[in-house]
Amino acid sequence: MTEASPTKPYALHLGVIALLFALSFVLPGYHHGLLARIMVLAVFAMGYNMLFGYVGLLSLGHAMFFSAGLYGAGLTVYHLGWNVPAAFAAGLACGALLALVIGLLALRTTGVAFMIVTMMFAQVFYLVILYFASWTGGDQGLVVQQAARVLVLGSASFDLTNPTVRYMSALALFSIVLLVTLAIVRSRYGRVLVAIRENEERTKMLGYDTFSNKLIAVVVSGTICAASGAAYALLFGYVGSSFASVQYSILPLLWVLLGGAATTLGPLIGTLFMYYVIDITSGFTSAYLLIVGIALILLVLFFPKGILGTIRQRWLGWLP
Amino acid sequence: MHFGPHLLLAALEGLVTSAVLALTALGLSLVFGVMRVVNVAHGEFFMLGAVLAWAISTAISGHPAVGFLAALVLAPLIVGAIALVAERLVLRRLHYNPEATIVATIGMLYIIQQLALTFYGPEARPVEPPFTYRILLPWFGYSGYKLSVIAASALLLVATWLVLTRTKIGLVMRATQYDSETAQAFGIPVDRVYAGVFALGAMLAAIAAVLIVPISQAHYLMGQDPLLLSFIVVIIGGLGSLRGTVVAAVLIGLSDGIISVFFSPTLAKIIATFLVAMVLVFRPHGLFGTASR
Repeated sequence: MTEASPTKPYALHLGVIALLFALSFVLPGYHHGLLARIMVLAVFAMGYNMLFGYVGLLSLGHAMFFSAGLYGAGLTVYHLGWNVPAAFAAGLACGALLALVIGLLALRTTGVAFMIVTMMFAQVFYLVILYFASWTGGDQGLVVQQAARVLVLGSASFDLTNPTVRYMSALALFSIVLLVTLAIVRSRYGRVLVAIRENEERTKMLGYDTFSNKLIAVVVSGTICAASGAAYALLFGYVGSSFASVQYSILPLLWVLLGGAATTLGPLIGTLFMYYVIDITSGFTSAYLLIVGIALILLVLFFPKGILGTIRQRWLGWLP
Repeated sequence: MHFGPHLLLAALEGLVTSAVLALTALGLSLVFGVMRVVNVAHGEFFMLGAVLAWAISTAISGHPAVGFLAALVLAPLIVGAIALVAERLVLRRLHYNPEATIVATIGMLYIIQQLALTFYGPEARPVEPPFTYRILLPWFGYSGYKLSVIAASALLLVATWLVLTRTKIGLVMRATQYDSETAQAFGIPVDRVYAGVFALGAMLAAIAAVLIVPISQAHYLMGQDPLLLSFIVVIIGGLGSLRGTVVAAVLIGLSDGIISVFFSPTLAKIIATFLVAMVLVFRPHGLFGTASR
């Protein structure tokens, strides 16, 4: 990685945020709504990328962190009538706590065992949601009422079901997480994570405590994914067990691989691209899983670095 | 029914599950042991076996036993051929990198599942058992076919064990598993061994599926439970250990049969999955396995 002037990456990221802001005023209704959803899910992918891209830990269970946020926010609104900020905070707290516990257990393993362990914990989480169907709504899920999804800040109140407010809230969350990941990645801590990915033994020998560094990364990653889940529950008003299934652990992996692992903007590009591919192809075939499958195989075979990873390698070495 | 006979029935059902599970898990375990590849698409090879068994047995008219026997021979061969092609086209090009192959086999899982849905459809379809003899026990009658599944599976397991320990092919496979580089240096075609093992693993899953399909039905989503259970069995038995795999399959099959008769199946699955994850965290080599190299 070559050291470039620090202003360039920040200018690029602020430019992307400004572009997304401007798009809000020109996009027609359908794509406007779709992009809001994509931004929320891109946050999920960014959280996944934190662990997979920068630390090199391939988890097959991140759906549990997303759904911890989803249910943490959704259930407190639905059953306890909490207001929006409190519910969002509850979602974050659930995700962070779960990530801490899972990290403490799963980080004892490495490689293939880590993938299987995370997948199994996610499966347990999924089955627990189904088992307590009387509270969680099981596989039918719950719909959060419109009246509960109003954000009151001082004297102003924002209705999160309004498309513009929803888009702007999604953009705000997306921007915060994007800038936070950029800052983390460029910090000393981010470089330690990359060092662990490249050679854990050597990093350990140089005196870094790799276990606690990895544990912090798991918690940060889990919390970002939970933020995405909590925002999804509050913005789109649906909480269901399908978000905890194995498929939602695979999707962020696909998005990150496609966009480019260990690039800050890769998750957004991957999510955007995949969402539109499925959206367009579902017009003439219902077999979208086939496309997901073929995309996964082609990616690992020919583009292991993803779209942005390839661009960075060929042309733009300074891309964070 | 009293508790005793009820428990016997649950145990018999559990043994049928164990028999099929042992074969499926053995395939997964061989592929992992020799190639170090975690085949997430293994359950789909199982499903393909069942779907092909339905297709073959309905295409052949006459006595159900003829169609069933044809399926028992042809379905594993077709599944093995498909696995061979997948191995040559994808896994070999990835140089069997553990993480890349997991992503690639997830891709295969989706492709096979979607193709089965497109061409076979969402219905569950039955296959007629080759014979319908009922064995009368003092408390209840029990399907003779189910008992023959247990016997067939035991026979196949012994045969696999003999091949692995008593033949040249088995020796070559074990040498590759032990140290593939040294094996290559001694003139073993490691590349072809990998292809053969991957096909063999898929065929074992397909045979298990053909055996079970007259009892349960063929459905395009039927590969998911065997995949998870096989993972559990392979982990508890120790990755790559044949004896451990069989012992663990009997253990899991019996407890699954007995627990789901007396308790909620979801709760049984939660407890089993959680315990297995804990085994993997605290005893990464399984309960019977030895430390891998």
